[in-house]
Amino acid sequence: MYKLEVQDLHKRYGSHEVLKGVSLAAKAGDVISIIGSSGSGKSTFLRCINMLEQPYGGKILLNGEELKLVPGKEGALKAADPKQLQRMRSRLAMVFQHFNLWSHMTALENVIEAPVHVLGMAKKDALEKAEHYLAKVGVAHRKDAYPGHMSGGEQQRVAIARALAMEPEVMLFDEPTSALDPELVGEVLKVMRDLAQEGRTMVVVTHEMGFAREVSNQLIFLHKGLVEEAGCPREVLANPKSERLQQFLSGSLK
Amino acid sequence: MIFDYNVIWENLPLYLGGVLVTLKLLAISLALGLLAAIPLALMRVSRQPAVNLPAWLYTYVIRGTPMLVQLFLIYYGLAQFPAIRDSVLWPYLSNATFCACLAFAVNTSAYTAEILAGSLKATPHGEIEAAKAMGMSRGKLYRRILLPSALRRALPQYSNEVIMMLHTTSLASIVTLIDITGAARTVSSQYYLPFEAYITAGAFYLCLTFVLVRLFKRAERRWLAYLAPRKA
Repeated sequence: MYKLEVQDLHKRYGSHEVLKGVSLAAKAGDVISIIGSSGSGKSTFLRCINMLEQPYGGKILLNGEELKLVPGKEGALKAADPKQLQRMRSRLAMVFQHFNLWSHMTALENVIEAPVHVLGMAKKDALEKAEHYLAKVGVAHRKDAYPGHMSGGEQQRVAIARALAMEPEVMLFDEPTSALDPELVGEVLKVMRDLAQEGRTMVVVTHEMGFAREVSNQLIFLHKGLVEEAGCPREVLANPKSERLQQFLSGSLK
Repeated sequence: MIFDYNVIWENLPLYLGGVLVTLKLLAISLALGLLAAIPLALMRVSRQPAVNLPAWLYTYVIRGTPMLVQLFLIYYGLAQFPAIRDSVLWPYLSNATFCACLAFAVNTSAYTAEILAGSLKATPHGEIEAAKAMGMSRGKLYRRILLPSALRRALPQYSNEVIMMLHTTSLASIVTLIDITGAARTVSSQYYLPFEAYITAGAFYLCLTFVLVRLFKRAERRWLAYLAPRKA
């Protein structure tokens, strides 16, 4: 059974079609990298999975449970049952390009917030767990710091700890290293590689071809809202069949 | 120019009583005003016109008319109607302290609501998305993320509003209350020493303002530490 299944997702902004039927299936332990040039719809696709964007068509299943969607105003789909959406979101932790830590809370407060107030965990347990995950991503020494007082790499690692503390079924990463200085990218990628090796299920929108090739076991290349090519990352990156992917790689693969 | 200290010294108890009245008016009107401002601010950031519009109208009318006119309307204006004089509210509406507190609270609630609404709207969108992505309900999003963050960021602007309100309470002296300004009016008319009377009132307001500014600086150091430059 798949942990996360997305079937035939459609999305448009006005008359501009961004996603023209994109699907994805992740088994437990899968690490799926989604690549593509800007405007290909890869971030939009990821953000539709937890309904930060409203798709116009498609199905989203987490652990076989289908998210119930109904058409809202102007045809975009919305969750039929907000409670179900909240429950599914809490099991689909997301890591953002711009970290999106809550700026008025310290690192530790950021990490315990959702476990305590969404999952209803006792504060004492949440604190223990938070310390554990902050140590795991290597920022335990910054637990009392505010996001604004941390480097980008530290903030993103706190954001990963915040996602981990939810003990999610699937982790969604939306270009997690794109806003970082080059020398800080490595520390975040290393944490993500460790997570992949632990067998966590991850969907990663990325520009890091090295990460896509070395860490993920599935690669999806999106072009103009469609899956242009998909498969085993090593094979796909070594022998791109479509002309688009060849062009894309000649521009970015180092 | 000879400054008549003796008169001020003799009337110090009157002034100190005035300080208490001023502080009482300020505390009551700020507390009620803030309490009303939070739901008003939430209405003001709503995208539903039926929710937003009444709050918009309220803040527009209150901020668009002078405080003194509002106070006169409540204290003198309402008394004109027999229905009000015969109602259960009359014991309250004929009381100057009650009317002053009501007028001040209404006034500050409108200004504070706009400050808070601005602060709510300025919440970084990413932080709201993160809360949603974690599975927070709308209620939790407001309670846990939006309001705590907006209330903190509103502190510097709100401190201005509080100081303005301190000075606005001087209008209470016009409806017979003996606040600091009321004490000064009394002294001024009894001894024909307006300069001494009002400069003393000014000095009291200055001291109170100083204390308020210090309190807000402390509050900002505590609750806005995350916006301050990083220490060592």
